[in-house]
Amino acid sequence: MTQAHGPADAAPATVHGHAPTGFIRKYVFSLDHKVIGIQYYFLALTAVCIGMILSLAMRIHMVWPDASIPFFGAIKPEQYLTLMTMHGTIMVFFVLTTAPQSGFGNYFLPIQIGAPDMAFPTLNMLSFWTTFLSFAVMISAFFVAGGAPLSGWTNYPTLSAIPMAGPGEGLGEDLWLISIALFCVASMMGALNFITTTLDLRAKGMTLMRMPLTCWSWFITAILGLLAFGVLLAGGILLLMDRNLGTSFFVPGGLVVSGVPVQHSGGSPLLWQHLFWFFGHPEVYIAILPGMGVASQLLSTFSRKPIFGYRAMVYAMMAIGILGFMVWGHHMFMSGMSPYSAFAFSFMTMAIGVPSAIKTFNWLGTMWKGKIRFTVPMLFAIGFVSLFVSGGLSGPFLAQPAIDIPLHDTYFVVAHFHLIMGVAAIFGIFAATYYWFPKMYGRMMNDALGKIHFVMTFVGAYCIFMPMHYLGMAGNPRRYSQFTEVKYLAPLIPIHKFITYAAIITVSAQLLFLFNFFWSMKKGKKAAQNPWEATTLEWTTATPPPHDNFGGVTPVVYHGAYEYSVPGAEKDYIMQTDPTPVPAH
Amino acid sequence: MADVAVQHSVAGAYEPSLFGTYSKKIGMWLFLLSDSLTFGALLFAYSYGRISTPNWPTPFGKASIVNATIMTVCLLSSSLTMVLGVLASKKGDHKATVRWLLATMFFGALFVVLHAKEWNGLIHEGLRPFSNPWAKNVPQFGGTFFTLTGMHMLHVTIGVCYLGVVALRKKWLPILLGIWLLGWLLTPATNVFHLGIHVLLLVAVVSAVILVLKPKVYDAHDVEIAGLYWHFVDLVWMFIFPLVYLMSTKVV
Repeated sequence: MTQAHGPADAAPATVHGHAPTGFIRKYVFSLDHKVIGIQYYFLALTAVCIGMILSLAMRIHMVWPDASIPFFGAIKPEQYLTLMTMHGTIMVFFVLTTAPQSGFGNYFLPIQIGAPDMAFPTLNMLSFWTTFLSFAVMISAFFVAGGAPLSGWTNYPTLSAIPMAGPGEGLGEDLWLISIALFCVASMMGALNFITTTLDLRAKGMTLMRMPLTCWSWFITAILGLLAFGVLLAGGILLLMDRNLGTSFFVPGGLVVSGVPVQHSGGSPLLWQHLFWFFGHPEVYIAILPGMGVASQLLSTFSRKPIFGYRAMVYAMMAIGILGFMVWGHHMFMSGMSPYSAFAFSFMTMAIGVPSAIKTFNWLGTMWKGKIRFTVPMLFAIGFVSLFVSGGLSGPFLAQPAIDIPLHDTYFVVAHFHLIMGVAAIFGIFAATYYWFPKMYGRMMNDALGKIHFVMTFVGAYCIFMPMHYLGMAGNPRRYSQFTEVKYLAPLIPIHKFITYAAIITVSAQLLFLFNFFWSMKKGKKAAQNPWEATTLEWTTATPPPHDNFGGVTPVVYHGAYEYSVPGAEKDYIMQTDPTPVPAH
Repeated sequence: MADVAVQHSVAGAYEPSLFGTYSKKIGMWLFLLSDSLTFGALLFAYSYGRISTPNWPTPFGKASIVNATIMTVCLLSSSLTMVLGVLASKKGDHKATVRWLLATMFFGALFVVLHAKEWNGLIHEGLRPFSNPWAKNVPQFGGTFFTLTGMHMLHVTIGVCYLGVVALRKKWLPILLGIWLLGWLLTPATNVFHLGIHVLLLVAVVSAVILVLKPKVYDAHDVEIAGLYWHFVDLVWMFIFPLVYLMSTKVV
């Protein structure tokens, strides 16, 4: 081969070979992927707390509309929409996109493939600080005149395109768009870095098909992010122009807002829906794929069995990624699209059930007859599978236009996407946190607290979201701020009350997690180098890992990541770096 | 593989890269992939508006098309000089590299100037992002025109500055600031580019940060990567020229 190869400075090892010593370079503007990963994680932790408080306020307002809630007061209907918008935005972008991919991916992708750092450490730092800026801009929308926008996380025009359309649609909406544009740029930089790192910095012997499934999931997620965020960026720019330069990409003619005719004409709100959902559907896989990777990793590790169907898992993730770009129209069945295109989108959407089922059965197959260790991370991984199935099964219902049209604007959809994209992905994050905490901080998280946290969250999540299916089928519309005055919904109010109680208890249970997290950081039991007896590279290095991850050496890899209970081996796991040949099994 | 060892500076420590090439080049390809989706979405928005509007105006007369053709020739020539620059840098001929890069920058800058002149003419005729003098009820014409060509012009401008950093390094900064100042002083206050020229100031700040934080001699790889970006920007124009200009030629 005669390809040209890069100069010596292409390797991150030489870009910053020595650990920085000053506080600012070490902890604030750090180039170290591990520090950046933790920065992302804490950003997501802050965001999830805000997002949870918003959802609690919504739930309380729904069943006690006149109650005065601390910080929020008595919530007005438009305020309710603001809460809903910001809850969705913060959770989707700054929690579900940020924690599993940018947080854990940043920390563990380089270590798991045996690299000293990401391929572009400076870009990595830049993408974190751009995300941070984006978050700051998003939060600032709460405090400007008119408050935060109320057009939902999907931000549909015409509501979002016309500043006088609602109280938050002035400066708040502009800030929302600027924040999202920044987030797109940051995610694009991050995705580019992840892909290049995976392609270029795998240690000797770490072939693609020996990578842990976590790495595969981060890699495929990065490809989705790279392709999806560019489109949202374009949509965001066009919407900003509609709002500030008077163009009308998204605003049709003849609109009258509060008695004043709107000076736009000829645009199409559907254009936004196309651009948004071309991003938006891959985005839900961006949220869930890393969770799938973590679940695969943990189910194999704690069942002490090789993952069932490694290649099938990889191909299934690829299939989900590819199909994810072909199904955006299923969010638009209500838009009056041609029944023929609705049929095509419906068919493609149903097809996603196939790789998803392959993954589910492989997870079950992995646990089948395994010597399962019910540790806290394992419980959350099993919880992930459970929620993934429960949330996923309502997918094929909604994928059919004939069923989607009556159910679309009801709580059935809320139940569906919260279970599969929200809570399942959060369970992936919890599993990853409990699993990798000992490597990140050198201490174990408290087991008893973790188990209580699991049970309360697992039962709580089902109590919150399962009844919503019934609400939806009974015709309870979503996005309405209160139902107590609506006659035909009166019989459903007790269910709403039950959900709100469950939400209060489940959110309180998260305090246990927060306490456990920060208490264990300082006071937890000291962790061994490989407390879970796992095989991947992060468990071969010191805890916490040194600045260049492996202390000056580059590991050499001899096996795949799932050599558990190999017949004839002296232990029930063989490290990836263990040179002893593995007998065929 | 020895060359991999060169890349990673640790002998034989890594798997060969999947595409047998160095990280930065993959990084640029990935950026271009993402950017092509952004341009793709803008072109989609344009096509969506155009298809759904029956009386789309076709205002570009002979002078406009000639001008746009000259602009196209500028970009095509710049792609050629870019290729020659990459070849020269691979041979290690620094002087020839800088010469070809400067030629590329010249053609790129000429493109931007011609484009700006054309914008001015159209604005003078009454074209605005929200209205145009040719078809009263098709505000999308101005919107899509300015978005697409503006986004592309921004990419060419950044490309010229990018090449300037690679070719001239720190010497480029005073030149860029000079162009900015001249452009600002020479354009009348009512002109859209009186404000738009400040993009150059932003680019100058970014360039300064890059040049100060990571001072280095740009080698053949950097030239090649800059070339990838440049060719991509040219390629985008090859979509915009027929879709926006040729399809809106004035039919006499």
